[in-house]
Amino acid sequence: MQNILALTNRISRQFIRDKRTLALLIVAPILILTLVWVVFGAKTDEPKLAVVGDSKLPMVKQFTLQDIKSLNLKQAKSELKNQEIDAYIEIKEPLSVHLEGSDPPTNQRALKKIQDTLGQAQNQGQQKLSIHYLYGNKDMKMFDSFGPVLLGLFVFFFIFLLSGVSFLRERTTGTLDRLMASPIKNIEIILGYLSGFGLFAMIQSIILTFYSIYVLQMNIEGSIFYVLLTIFILSLSALTLGMLLSTFARNELQIVQFIPIVIVPQIFFSGLFKLDNLPLWGQIIGKFTPLYYAADALKDIMIRGAQFSDWWGDLALLLGFSLLFIILHMVTLRSYRKA
Amino acid sequence: MIIQLSGHHLTKKFKQQTILSDVNLSLASGEIYGLLGPSGSGKTTLVKILLGLEKCDQGKVELFNQKPSISSFRHLGYMAQSDALYEELTAYENLDFFGSIQGLRKKERKQRIEEVAEIVHLRNDLSKKVLQYSGGMKRRLSLACALIHKPKLYLLDEPTVGLDPLLRQSIWKLFQKLKEDEATLIVTTHVMDEVNRCDRVGLLKDGKILATGSPADLLKTYQVDSIEDIFLKGVSH
Ligand SMILES: Nc1ncnc2c1ncn2[C@@H]1O[C@H](COP(=O)(O)OP(=O)(O)OP(=O)(O)O)[C@@H](O)[C@H]1O
Ligand SMILES: [Mg+2]
Repeated sequence: MQNILALTNRISRQFIRDKRTLALLIVAPILILTLVWVVFGAKTDEPKLAVVGDSKLPMVKQFTLQDIKSLNLKQAKSELKNQEIDAYIEIKEPLSVHLEGSDPPTNQRALKKIQDTLGQAQNQGQQKLSIHYLYGNKDMKMFDSFGPVLLGLFVFFFIFLLSGVSFLRERTTGTLDRLMASPIKNIEIILGYLSGFGLFAMIQSIILTFYSIYVLQMNIEGSIFYVLLTIFILSLSALTLGMLLSTFARNELQIVQFIPIVIVPQIFFSGLFKLDNLPLWGQIIGKFTPLYYAADALKDIMIRGAQFSDWWGDLALLLGFSLLFIILHMVTLRSYRKA
Repeated sequence: MIIQLSGHHLTKKFKQQTILSDVNLSLASGEIYGLLGPSGSGKTTLVKILLGLEKCDQGKVELFNQKPSISSFRHLGYMAQSDALYEELTAYENLDFFGSIQGLRKKERKQRIEEVAEIVHLRNDLSKKVLQYSGGMKRRLSLACALIHKPKLYLLDEPTVGLDPLLRQSIWKLFQKLKEDEATLIVTTHVMDEVNRCDRVGLLKDGKILATGSPADLLKTYQVDSIEDIFLKGVSH
């Protein structure tokens, strides 16, 4: 126990001294997540609309109720030209919509808003419009659907890289030899690393999860605690895998060389892209990657708000991966030290 | 005479190259054994095999008259040829870490850190990060890490390389003191004047032990003026 604590203590100290690496662990994922969010999922401005027609008409009222301003035709035309509005609707027979038209997504949003408003107007007095969505809701953005997978991916990637490099350093600087020539058990070394790095993995998980949910407003249906739990268990598998693979690398560059072999396939096969479209062999490979199970659990929790009983199997498998990596690492360490 | 460490018929190959062939050696308690040999002769490999850090292809090692075991490592002090320190940490933190890995309790550690720092003349630099240490300071800190837990057996791979003559002097004084406390030391070196301070030396060349004995005996049997000459003679044999 003292040994494990000593290692934990030492690793945390080293970590805290290495400010840049600490930043890599937290700032880099935040940066990338934010970039992806900006590209795919920023909450876009409401389309700027106007309605043209007699303000006493109920249909026009319906629009003004939605904070859509009412203009006369001349004003509307000039504002549209000056890009002060994105579109206006003329209430006459037939209804005609005039779009600014230079930005297709904006057109779509404007049309949608108009149709929504019209829909409500036409159904007034009858039963209320009810729109059903299977997953997510009206505000569901692309980012929400792959955000959970990205979150898992970044945690996995950075923890893998860091634990791999640290354990490698232990070997290349000769400190591992010194450990091996002391009465510490192999399993204590591994557990020491797990708890030392686990500490930082936990901090990383918490910061990234909160950032994604509260700042980037990633969709979350289930409990945030479950998200944290999943991410943390995923990071354990990244940690153990990084340590294991570091024994097959001679230097830092060789750790980096594992990225296309270990990380990139996981990106493709873990559910970032729709798995149904993958060939069978791709789907099978996915089942052998930790990220697949983490992504599955995260999507269950964050998008579908699923119950514990739906995703605990994923977490169990993730823990299984960690255990497997630890056992394999023990075997390689044993061949290193005979006693 | 208690044998603390022995290697029997040690043979080691890296791929085709034979690094050690049928090396035998044994160390009694309270002696300083100098392992002398030119660069690449296999000194480091031999030390690593004795520690169990490297597997040998044939032969066996006995540590304290037993198969090496984790618990027996508590009495081992190993100093590698490379410094093997955590550069981001201060010297104090390094000593503290290795001390606790060796099973020292907190209070004991604190006291021992002070003591060993004094011995290697690093007392005033304990709070510096190893990153800011000079080569010789790292060497001394590395030695201090091997001393911290008062082991019975020291395996020191070129402990004095890169140190000035004064420091070297004081470190050899330390070795003498350890020896008086019944510790056993195996020290690799290629510095000839250090050889005379050893109780026994083994001359390693091309993976074979050419000769063993006290420096004085060796000079007598081989009829030479300096140990170096034995290596030269060894070639002509
Ligand atoms: N991991 C390895 N793989 C292949 N060959 C090795 C390996 N380690 C050492 N050798 C070879 O073994 C021989 C002995 O190396 P060793 O490090 O034991 O020498 P040494 O006597 O300690 O030398 P020095 O005085 O320079 O430290 C060398 O020829 C070296 O090339
Ligand atoms: Mg050497």
